[in-house]
Amino acid sequence: MKPSLFVAHSTAIAARGLDQETMVMSATNSTLFTLNEVASVIWQSLDSTTPLGEIVARKICTKYDVALDVALEHAEALVRGLAQHGILLLSEEPISVSIGSSKVTQ
Amino acid sequence: MPSVTTAIQRSEVVVEIGGVPIRLRCDNTVFLDQIEERYAGYVSSSSDAGFDFEIHLAPPGTASGDLEVDVTWESGRWLMKRGDFRAEWNPSSLCGHIEQTINPFSLDSVLRILHTLLLAREGGFLLHASSAIRNGSAFLFSGVSGAGKTTMARLAPPDVVMLTDEVSYVTRNDSRYFAVGTPFFGELARVGANQRAPVKALYLLAKGSENKIVPIAGAEAVRALLRNVLFFAREPEFVRMVFDTAIDFVARVPVRRLTFTPDYRVWEMLV
Repeated sequence: MKPSLFVAHSTAIAARGLDQETMVMSATNSTLFTLNEVASVIWQSLDSTTPLGEIVARKICTKYDVALDVALEHAEALVRGLAQHGILLLSEEPISVSIGSSKVTQ
Repeated sequence: MPSVTTAIQRSEVVVEIGGVPIRLRCDNTVFLDQIEERYAGYVSSSSDAGFDFEIHLAPPGTASGDLEVDVTWESGRWLMKRGDFRAEWNPSSLCGHIEQTINPFSLDSVLRILHTLLLAREGGFLLHASSAIRNGSAFLFSGVSGAGKTTMARLAPPDVVMLTDEVSYVTRNDSRYFAVGTPFFGELARVGANQRAPVKALYLLAKGSENKIVPIAGAEAVRALLRNVLFFAREPEFVRMVFDTAIDFVARVPVRRLTFTPDYRVWEMLV
């Protein structure tokens, strides 16, 4: 069974909603990302303690006509891509960013 | 024994850009003269200055060719350096010092960096843009080098007051944005008028075969604006302030893409 994936926003970012989109700026290198409406829903739901699968099931699959496995695959690709830029923190355990007790991969 | 003339020799110049008076102290009167000439129209006779900088001149030939600007926050001070200068500014004491060789370009860079830091806290910014006042309103013309900033300045009709052809100074006051004249010039090599006016529109420049204006908004406008905002510091708090300002600016000021042929008629389109 695939382990759960927990996701937290990096502290070194600035993010603001703009219409249906979300703009995210890396404070470390000023790279700018624009998230579309669906990605914005995921972004807003990331709380470091709710597994990504649960977020996708509750927030995406109930709102959009998409199968859970397909939506989850896309969501994982999104968060892993953003994590590579230091925008998100990923872990197989709930993340406590301030304590840093989880094994966090970027 | 020093003469009386030497004893009362001038040792400082106050340069006031955007209503921010900065006192520059230096024991080299030749350099002070250079500063007065370089910032003509922005030299204040006021003895009051919000900020004090002591300039130490290094011997000629001591500057390195490193063009990378490095701005960091360390122990309560901003440290700014490039191959030709090292500067430090303490926001608490409002004092700082600059080490550079005797050329006004290094000082110009330090002042630009300093103003980006000051403006960020006030919701303003410096923008790679020419700007001008016409009929009481300011227009910003932004773009990368070669996009047409100086061309727009050259094509300006006589009733237009040019604020700069290179770096625009944008301030926020009571939810409104104002463009303010600067001495920061580009190819035109002319200091801008020391005036201000509310910003009516930001035009993103592109040269083309016809004159065309296309409104842009949302994320695209923010992205385009941020691409041209001058900021050097990488501290998260600072980046967030600039980011928030860009989003607020785009929500309040129309942003348009202006494709233009380089002739005077382009100004007729700007309303």
